Amino acid sequence: MDMNLVDLSFEKSLIEVMSHGLPLVKRPYALIAEQIDSTEEQVLKGIKRIILRGDVKRFGVVVHHRELGYRANGMVVWDIPDARVAELGHCIGHYSFVTLCYQRPRRLPEWRYNLFSMIHGHDRGAVIEQVNYIVEQCGLYEIAHEILFSGRCFKQRGAKYVRQQLDKPNYHYGMAANE
Amino acid sequence: MRQYSKLEQRLLNDFQHDLPLSAAPYADLARQLGVYETTILENLQRLQTEGVISRVGPVFRPNRVGVSTLAAMAVPADELESVAAIVNDFAEVNHNYERDHHFNLWFVVIAPDDKNLQAVLEAIEQRSGYPMLDLPMQDDYFIDLGFELKWT
Repeated sequence: MDMNLVDLSFEKSLIEVMSHGLPLVKRPYALIAEQIDSTEEQVLKGIKRIILRGDVKRFGVVVHHRELGYRANGMVVWDIPDARVAELGHCIGHYSFVTLCYQRPRRLPEWRYNLFSMIHGHDRGAVIEQVNYIVEQCGLYEIAHEILFSGRCFKQRGAKYVRQQLDKPNYHYGMAANE
Repeated sequence: MRQYSKLEQRLLNDFQHDLPLSAAPYADLARQLGVYETTILENLQRLQTEGVISRVGPVFRPNRVGVSTLAAMAVPADELESVAAIVNDFAEVNHNYERDHHFNLWFVVIAPDDKNLQAVLEAIEQRSGYPMLDLPMQDDYFIDLGFELKWT
């Protein structure tokens, strides 16, 4: 039997189940093992392997900012000279109040911004204050930026990968890194 | 927003990363916090029921499992709700938000591979009747250490 194939499908099932979070029971990995026809030990080994490979950003409590009073959410987009994206991206991305910091392509002429960061605050004023702080700390006075505050939320999570193969179930992944 | 107990505040703030990878992680938390394991479980369950906690577990790196992109559309204000509903119809869409901008509809699309992703993007453009900006992640500068909560 090809062990690699076996491992891959085990990992997929494990990632799929884990993306919904650990069950809140005394032995969560034993319960997950039951769901994917494995053992507690194998499940723990599997998740440690996935973490060692660098596929997990963090492992712990994932909070909903809005429910905790962080009502304002600003997507701050920056037009950064290409040669400085990494340097300034690292500067912007290391503040604890920044919850995402990605480089994305420009789409000229409609869209000039190439760095996207997300900032949560109790209100819009708090977000603007934090943006000003970043401008000051990272020296972004000459860098054009805009804050796109969120309005209505039409959908949150619930997306799933729709697979072409008919012999496999659809996998539902929580895309937590985009939250 | 209600007041949170000291225990709740610590659960929300101090365990956003490095949850112990043991067979009984909540017992480990209980030992660290000096309370019973059942107290930890009751508190986490309540916070989850209230929607304060999304979940406890791993946050996977983007694009390590499947591919995704951020898409933006400029939609006339009076059509925004109907276009948002069309976009929401696609199972591959999550995080569909209105934002204050000429580009006023922003959503994340995920798929198992690039080919599927492009097909979905084209289908969304066709059904909605509006072109979109396709803005896939090129580099990630965000070190996710969790979100430091400020209690007032």
